[in-house]
This record gives sequence, C-alpha cells and structure tokens, in this order.
Amino acid sequence: MILTRENLINLILAAALLAIPLIANAAGQPFYITLATRVAILALAATGLNLALGVGGLVSFGHAAFFGIGGYVAGILASHSFSGEPVLFGLSGTNQMWIIWLVAMALAGVVGLAIGAISLRTSGVYFIMITLAFAQMVYYFAVSWPAYGGEDGLSILVRNQFPGVMTMVPMNFFLICYVILLVGIALFAVIRASRFGAALQAARQNEVRVATVGIQPYRIRLTGFVLSAMITGLAGALFADLNRFVSPSMLSWHMSGELIVLIILGGTGRLFGPLAGAALYVAFEYALGGITERWQFFLGLILLLVVLFARGGLVGLLAGKAKHG
Amino acid sequence: MVEPILQISNLVKNFGALRATDGVTLDLRPGEIHALIGPNGAGKSTLIHQICGTLRQDSGSIRFAGQDVGGLSVAERARLGLGRTFQVSSIAPEFSALRNVMLAAQAKEGSSFRFFKPVMRDQGLIDKAMAMLERVGLTERARIPAAELSHGERRQLEIAMALALQSKAFLLDEPMAGMGPEGSKALTRFLDTLRQEAPILLVEHDMDAVFALADRISVLVYGRVIATGTVDEIRRDPTVRSAYLGDHG
Repeated sequence: MILTRENLINLILAAALLAIPLIANAAGQPFYITLATRVAILALAATGLNLALGVGGLVSFGHAAFFGIGGYVAGILASHSFSGEPVLFGLSGTNQMWIIWLVAMALAGVVGLAIGAISLRTSGVYFIMITLAFAQMVYYFAVSWPAYGGEDGLSILVRNQFPGVMTMVPMNFFLICYVILLVGIALFAVIRASRFGAALQAARQNEVRVATVGIQPYRIRLTGFVLSAMITGLAGALFADLNRFVSPSMLSWHMSGELIVLIILGGTGRLFGPLAGAALYVAFEYALGGITERWQFFLGLILLLVVLFARGGLVGLLAGKAKHG
Repeated sequence: MVEPILQISNLVKNFGALRATDGVTLDLRPGEIHALIGPNGAGKSTLIHQICGTLRQDSGSIRFAGQDVGGLSVAERARLGLGRTFQVSSIAPEFSALRNVMLAAQAKEGSSFRFFKPVMRDQGLIDKAMAMLERVGLTERARIPAAELSHGERRQLEIAMALALQSKAFLLDEPMAGMGPEGSKALTRFLDTLRQEAPILLVEHDMDAVFALADRISVLVYGRVIATGTVDEIRRDPTVRSAYLGDHG
C-alpha cells in the first residue's frame, strides 16, 4: 500500500477509534467505550450505504430498512433463544452472534434484492422516493406487529454470545464491532477496486456508456444494492446488541437520513468517509447534545457548509480530491 | 454476394402521428463504409437509436451478425459486436482514458461480476487497453481523466473503446462534429484504415469526409431512404440534389 495522504488520514482515523476506548477503559470511563462502539457500528452501516450511494451513485433513502431488519433479526432470534419457542418451522432462536450476523445479512440481502429489483427500474428523485416508500412499509409493518413489541420495541435481555468472548464487557464488544468495521471497510475497498467495482462506478458516471460496451447497468446496480444492504444489515444486528434493544425507530426514515448525512459529512464514496462522518456525528451528538436539545440545528449548519464548500466531506477536506488510477 | 453484417428491413417507427422511420431498408457489408446522410430532422438519430437498441422499432427487422437483434437490449447488441460512438462523446468522465478502455475490454472478456481481483493490477486487461489506445494515438494521454481530454481526444477514446470490444461493425454518429479541419483530416485517414477491421455505418454531415470515405451512401429524408448508391451515383441523383445536396453536388 502506498502511503498517500488519504491512506495516512485513514490510518489515523482507525487508530484513533481504537485508542479512545482503550484510554477510556484504562481511565475507568466505560461510557466512552459505548460511544466509540456506536461510532464503529454507524460507520459500518454507512459503509454499506456508501457502496450503493458513493460508488454506485444510488441515493437510497431506505437503508434504515436493512439496518432495522438486522436489528430485528438479533432481537427476535435472541428472544426465541430465551423463551425456547421456535421462530418458524420448528427452527429455534439463537443467542450466538455469528449465526445472527449471517441471518441478518441474508435477510437484508433478500429484502434488498426485492426492493432493489423494483426501485432500480427508476432513477433520480423517483429512486429516492421509492426506496423511502419501501422502508416506510417495513417500518409500519414492525409498528403493527405486536408479537415483537410493535411500537414499543423489543428488548434483548442479555447481550448475545460470541465464542470465547465475554460480550457484556464493553471493551470486548467494542473490539468485536471494531474488527467487523475494519473487515467491512476492507471488503468495500476490494469490491470498489475490482472489475465489478469499475462497472458500478462507471454506471454512476455514465449509464449509456456502460450499456454501450455491453454491460447491463441494471444487473450491476442490483448486485451493488444487495451487497450494500447486507453490510448495513450486519451493522443493524450489532446496533441492537449494543443497545440490547430494537425498536421501529431503527427502521424509520430518520435513520435513513442519518446514514446519508454521515456519508456526506465524511466524504461520499471515500473509503473512510463513513467512519469520519460517524465520528463527527456522534461527537456532535454528545458534545452539543449535552448543552442543547437543538444540537441537530448546528449539525445542519455544518452539513450546509460541507455541501457548499467541502463536497468531498471531511476526508476530502483533509486528503484532497479522490483519485481514480 | 457476401452476406451483410447488418441488415435493416422495412423498419418503421412512429412518434404519435409522426412517422420518424418510414420503411427503411439498409445494409452494411463487410469491408465497406456506408454513409448515412440527410438533412436535420430526417430521422437519422431515430434510426441509430433503433439499431443500437435504445428505441424499439414498431415494425420491421434488424439483423446483426447473423441473428435478429430487434428485441435485444443495448448491452446485448454491444456484446454481439456493435461498437458505437456518439454525436456528443459518451465516456466515464472520472475515469482515466485507460480505465475507460479497460471497461470495454473487461466487458469483452466476459464477466464484470468479479469482486476480488483489483482491476488496476490486471496486467492482461491493462495491456489490451493500452494497445487500443496506441492504435488511436492516445498512449501519452492514457492516465489523464477522460473529463480533461479535448473534444477530439474523446472521439479517439470512444473509438478505442469500440476497438476493445472487437466490434463486428462500427456505428459512428457524426464523428467529425466539432472537430477542426486538421482533426477531421486525421480522423478521415484513420477511418479509412478502420474499415478493414470492421465495416462502418457512418452518419455524418461533413460532406468532404463522406465523399472521401464512403463506398456507398444512403440518403435519408423524412424518414425514408430516397437513394442508395456509390458516391458518383448519389452526386448525380436528381432527387438527392434537390432534396439535400444543393451546392455540394
């Protein structure tokens, strides 16, 4: 790997995210570990969306659906594991994280396939609206489904298990999320650099050109959308485990908007843009949220400044324009 | 007679009451440059859109490389070997010239569903793309983002992409448009050699280029082909002269 300015910034970001909870742990301040875990999970969710939005140019306003589906998979499987009742067709619940992750990714992928297959027949504003509509359908479904708490949500009494790790220890759970985030970012980088990634980026830049060289833009985008949904779904499962609670708010359009905001703040399409954005967002939420309930007003101002003057987001501001070989 | 690469028969396309393509029959034979000329609004663009698949014909057939392609998508026709350039160059602006051609080369090789191997370390693909860039004279500009290329260079880039597809026919939509006199001359020389690679259906307004290059010319007026023939036949044709050529004849 060549040590470009962007790579250096990425390294610093990754190191800082690891250092903060380590220091907080040594200082006996577990609250900051939770904050850092929140950053890691939101960054992972936004990394998923970044594949669709940043690489593929697909402005999905419905990724909360996948985030929430991941969350509900964790909550539902855990509740069945606790009660001992089968989930479906005699299949029992589980409190094993890695099974939950696989199920969350699979289900988010299947739902992503269905939503994408229809939504990707449109583009532009229509695509934004139709993804929003699908996510709202999932949201209202969850609200009106009393078996799993409906509007009140569903608690996870004991955080799910990971072999050989005491997941209730905040630092341990942080490390799980941190490693998954790094794997997710690495996967993002590999996909972006691959033939598929080239086609997905080209489809964003010029759909007609992609078709003219013999590649169906629709199939490329649908695949990108599904992969994107799977990563965001995985993040959702972790988020539910962090809060030990899942509710329809994870599925709401606010959440979809938040993920888009994270990406724009950090740098659209940039490898560490979602992490930079999530860190900025959570820092704001924490620092300003303590002072005023209206902290989102100030976040809005920052977002405005970024959109007007720093289109590459925080990473773009620090590292300069993205390069494409 | 050699079988044509592209055979268009009785093609019709209506937009409401307007018949934009009115029973067009036209073919493209191996080794030739077939120029399609006609005044603005004659339906040239509509015809091109139907050939490459962005518009579906109302009736009639399009055969390409031995099969009926009338129902295929743009991408499917491209994979069969229909290479095209656009009136306004169509490129991926953020990508370098090299990456643009690599995209075509990867499409030709088959799968774009490869998720792991980094494309910029795929030496086979890079070599293929560089060879095409060299043929059109863009070697020096390979690493420049396509958005920063000049108008003429983008034309060359589009041709390099069509070459990378190993096209069986080229569909060139006004390649001379916006080129200076020098650029036009250079491009004319290049197209003259290109016909040996694959036949060219050339839609062009620049009559000097058309007369210099074309083996045959078809004249499209109000959606109909009013004449097809050699350069001399078309120059002498009275209906063409009155309908279109005017002083040029």
